Amino acid sequence: MLKIRVIPCLDVKDGRVVKGVQFADLVDAGDPVEAAKAYDAAGADELTFLDITASHEERGTLLDVVQRTAEACFMPLTVGGGVRTVDDIRRLLLAGADKVSINTAAVTRRAFVREAAEKFGDQCIVVAIDAKKVSSGYPEKWEIFTHGGRNPTGIDAVDYAREVVSLGAGELLVTSMDKDGTKSGYDIALMRTISDAVSVPVVASGGVGSLDDLVAGVRDGHASAVLAASIFHFGTYTVAEAKAHMAAAGLPMRMD
Amino acid sequence: MTVAIIDYGSGNLHSAQKAFERAARESGHAAEIVVTADPDLVRRAERIVLPGVGAFADCRRGLDAVPGMVDALTEAVRRDGKPFLGICVGMQLMATRGLEYRTTPGLDWIHGDVALIRPHDGSLKIPHMGWNNLHPQAEHPLIADIPLGPSGQNAYFVHSYALTPADPQDVLALTDYGGPVTAIVARDNMAGTQFHPEKSQKLGLKLIGNFLGWRP
Repeated sequence: MLKIRVIPCLDVKDGRVVKGVQFADLVDAGDPVEAAKAYDAAGADELTFLDITASHEERGTLLDVVQRTAEACFMPLTVGGGVRTVDDIRRLLLAGADKVSINTAAVTRRAFVREAAEKFGDQCIVVAIDAKKVSSGYPEKWEIFTHGGRNPTGIDAVDYAREVVSLGAGELLVTSMDKDGTKSGYDIALMRTISDAVSVPVVASGGVGSLDDLVAGVRDGHASAVLAASIFHFGTYTVAEAKAHMAAAGLPMRMD
Repeated sequence: MTVAIIDYGSGNLHSAQKAFERAARESGHAAEIVVTADPDLVRRAERIVLPGVGAFADCRRGLDAVPGMVDALTEAVRRDGKPFLGICVGMQLMATRGLEYRTTPGLDWIHGDVALIRPHDGSLKIPHMGWNNLHPQAEHPLIADIPLGPSGQNAYFVHSYALTPADPQDVLALTDYGGPVTAIVARDNMAGTQFHPEKSQKLGLKLIGNFLGWRP
């Protein structure tokens, strides 16, 4: 049976791990390669690196960090942040990334998703969707925001999700910008609405504060994988505790 | 012992090389792991690994674009009987045909087609992405001493297409994703995994170690 994936996310800036509270007030908290090794040993099912400032500071992603991680951790690695061109993707894949996540570049130029998927295969193209709720009425509405949640685009998040999947995205990383950093749980309605609308796996992100939040992301949000940063990185819970809790709640987990 | 990982422009092979090096150390096999696009080196190697990510047709085109490589592979594997491991699309290329986007001829070492997975449960996502169990259909040195089955270890899959061998005896292990999906094929000196052993932590390193010691 296919297992639910638990994915620690390392937000990286200047070669160091940081975790922003709603993408502000960054707190330096460690060496990404060492953190990756620790998560590997702890049973993480995948790892994600997000170069969170690359998009607005015009920096490239951390190829050296990616390469050193890929040499030490024999598990899937997704890297995103500032990915704009087919060459950016090629460099990341050659450094050892298994999947590359595209965010702003897909919003500004949708054809980029198709070019990337045709060149490297659907399986390694993740589209990261940062969404904020813009209507609480029925039905609820979410809109795409770029640049760490600062720029509204007017694009409906669910329509956008369908479109990027039709263009070749093999997975969606969906982050609620309302919830990110709040520790109040995923935006379950957002996760479920997008997951039910597309054929590809959805990774839920943004807002995890407790282990029950992870369970809810899958059971109620219909996510195939759950991503979290702070709860793991600051040692609130271990990956093993998270997986044991999810298994106890009846979810299929890899306990190897 | 030289192990040739064939480089034909399909994805990152550096981390695969590192995984093979670690598996060699952990399993006590002295092996030089070489990533190469040189057909002569493939002919001289003792073991051959064909990786592959992306679409079947692109991988086939990439393999054909390396002058002399398909001939060298065929000699080493089919004539000289060297142990061979195909990984992901590298495994799919062992098939007769790939049906992804268009019909593309494979190497036809394992008779059968590579077709879209169609889970019985329509709510299951495609690609089949993540960790899943392996259900052995036979005994084989490649999977020796690895706890398999429903409560066994998991392997990392990421694929939308799968190889269904014409001869069920070529299936060494299945996985379950809304129905049986081929996870490992094996015939004579050839084996292939749909999953990525180089990304499958414990199970993967053990399987690679087993491959390095396999004497078909």
